[in-house]
Amino acid sequence: MPLGTLQFTIDGITVQTQEGQSLIAACDAAGLYIPRLCYHPDLRPAGNCRVCTCRIDGHQAAACVTPVRDGMVVENDTPQLNADRLALIEMMFVEGNHPCPYCVASGDCELQALGYRLGMTAPVYPFFWPRHEIDASHPDIFLDRERCIACSRCIEASRMPDGKSVFSYEGRGIAMHLHVDGWGGLGATQMAAIDKAAHVCPVACIVIRRDGYRIPNGQRRFDKTPIGTDIEARRKAPPS
Amino acid sequence: MNDKDNGNRDSGTRRIVIDPVTRVEGHGKVTLRLDDAGNIAQARFHVVEFRGFERFIQGRMYWEVPVIVQRLCGICPVSHHLGAGKAMDAIAGVDRLTPTAEKMRRLMHYGQVLQSSAVNFFHLASPDLLLGFEAPVETRTIIGVMERYPEVGKWAIMIRKFGQMVIAATGGRRIHPRLCVPGGVNQNLSVEYRDNLRRDVEPVLAWCCQALELHRAFIDAHPELHAEFARIESHYMSLVAADGGLDLYDGRLRAMDAKGGMIFDGIPADRYADHLGEEVRPWSYMKFPYIRALGPEQGWYRVGPLAQLNCCAFIGTPLAEQARRDFMAQGGVRNGGGPIHATLAYHWARLVCMIHCAETIRILLHDDDLQGSDLVVTGEKRLRGISVLEAPRGTLFHHYEIDEQDRIVRANLIVATTHNNEAINRSIRQVAERDLAGRDISEGLLNHLEVAIRAYDPCLSCATHALGQMKLVVTLEDSDGTPILSKARG
Ligand code: SF4
Ligand code: SF4
Ligand code: FES
Repeated sequence: MPLGTLQFTIDGITVQTQEGQSLIAACDAAGLYIPRLCYHPDLRPAGNCRVCTCRIDGHQAAACVTPVRDGMVVENDTPQLNADRLALIEMMFVEGNHPCPYCVASGDCELQALGYRLGMTAPVYPFFWPRHEIDASHPDIFLDRERCIACSRCIEASRMPDGKSVFSYEGRGIAMHLHVDGWGGLGATQMAAIDKAAHVCPVACIVIRRDGYRIPNGQRRFDKTPIGTDIEARRKAPPS
Repeated sequence: MNDKDNGNRDSGTRRIVIDPVTRVEGHGKVTLRLDDAGNIAQARFHVVEFRGFERFIQGRMYWEVPVIVQRLCGICPVSHHLGAGKAMDAIAGVDRLTPTAEKMRRLMHYGQVLQSSAVNFFHLASPDLLLGFEAPVETRTIIGVMERYPEVGKWAIMIRKFGQMVIAATGGRRIHPRLCVPGGVNQNLSVEYRDNLRRDVEPVLAWCCQALELHRAFIDAHPELHAEFARIESHYMSLVAADGGLDLYDGRLRAMDAKGGMIFDGIPADRYADHLGEEVRPWSYMKFPYIRALGPEQGWYRVGPLAQLNCCAFIGTPLAEQARRDFMAQGGVRNGGGPIHATLAYHWARLVCMIHCAETIRILLHDDDLQGSDLVVTGEKRLRGISVLEAPRGTLFHHYEIDEQDRIVRANLIVATTHNNEAINRSIRQVAERDLAGRDISEGLLNHLEVAIRAYDPCLSCATHALGQMKLVVTLEDSDGTPILSKARG
């Protein structure tokens, strides 16, 4: 084994990886999918949603913020972990307003796709029915906070690649919501449609205006194959 | 307007309530008030559901609306998708789509009218027409029809399926498709879909023609019933093309009076409010539109297939044009050449329109523009968008206003059932007076009222085709409003 290479097992499968990798990144590279929502490969992980929680050496931990260690034993695809993930997803659905049938993100939405992948059917928790006005003050982007799942991807993207600090959170606990740094809404910020922050939202909260519905039914990201299939395909591909 | 029907509940009357009316779209309720002598004092068709989607979309971005409205209302999702799509073109500042976009939408529309009309005619209406208004309720269904006329079952399934395939080919799925984006469409017609549809359109057209033949046999066997049942003389309104020919997707508004004289003609969609008013009555969620020039009392009119045939000068496809001439000739015999007023003639007219749809789809399937790749046009934004099209049940208006930030601030939709509201009330009153007054109220007699309502194919804002399985509750009340008789079926 070359220097700096580590070895661990996940659901009984042995994976070799480099030191300094997060568990989720190592598994992605190896073609093993760990469900996740707030994690984005181009951004610093925040560990917000806990959907990626695995059993690591007997303890529960979020895979996106856990570095791999040599010899670690991970459980990922177990009925209990998947049931917990499903419960998290279901709570996110009821905390916002998610009318998927006519949502502009439908078929391209990571929350919806995870709902499908984890077997979500009917709602089990009472709906919160939050009411937020759409922020349509920006000429190229609109903000529909009813869909926000507080993943913080936009906050991170706006700070790091964009260097702008357009987004932050305001309030605490259940009342926490996305805040934009500008009196008068998004239109008063430095946000531009080409910013990274405009393209990382997993749901239909940050949406490019006038772009919606251009891709027909059946041709969107998750229309044909479930979320995670692209990662899993890497494992099946012959080693190059 | 019927003066007697507008009053409050008088004492000394009893009420019969049919709730819900079966085999129409959604929930409606009929109340008939009899006076002490057993005569009809009042006949009302209530719409008791209220979805409020005009309010619901306020604050949403305008390009979302074609997808939202088809979900909220569910009456005929495809017609609302297209109606809102056309209105959003206007808001996007686009007056003319590319040929590919225009024809894709037309193809979808004609597929929708075909499949929806097939459901009305075969599933909802044919049991009454082919088995008799008073046939036992258990057999008065499409299943009962199929036992007696097996070919009708095949037509019902195959014509509808074909229409749904057209919708799927243009919009990605059979129900709640997505095709329209402001200024155009999001895809063209694939060659695979085109070839499959080309193969299937020929038998579909033949079956539509055979269905009309079968219906003609019913008419020939019951000429008086056909001509007189629920008959009312009315004005008519529909879209027609610039040359006066039938056009279900686009054109100008034309209204004709009961004698066939022109009330207005050549009215573009965005001028509709200059010519049509909407009256509100306290006992119904559904408004009562009227032609302004004639006032609320005299200005009511009918829309839908009967109006489409009465208003157009010709149909541009040969088989439907021949069928239209036969249809109008009947009017010539009875009316001295004027419009056809028989309410049951809605079904005949619907079949003529179905033939026209199948012929139009056939023409479009041989048009290479449908494989074009120029899909969207852009323009200068406007704050208002109004559209009109002839949905399966008749004229459909979508009217939206937006703010500077592209959010919907106001919406007004007038659906075909609303246009026909007064006419439906009048037809049930006519039936009640003729068939019910003073008689023991049997299930079969109550069905007469429903036959009259079903001719208009009303949608009452519910998504489901009930197919005769909906529960029917009939309540008879005394003059104090206390129920004295309640019958349930279904
Ligand atoms: S953001 Fe995703 S989950 Fe929410 S309504 Fe849209 S498609 Fe559904
Ligand atoms: S707006 Fe989108 S990216 Fe930002 S926190 Fe909400 S869900 Fe995450
Ligand atoms: S993906 Fe790891 S906590 Fe969200």
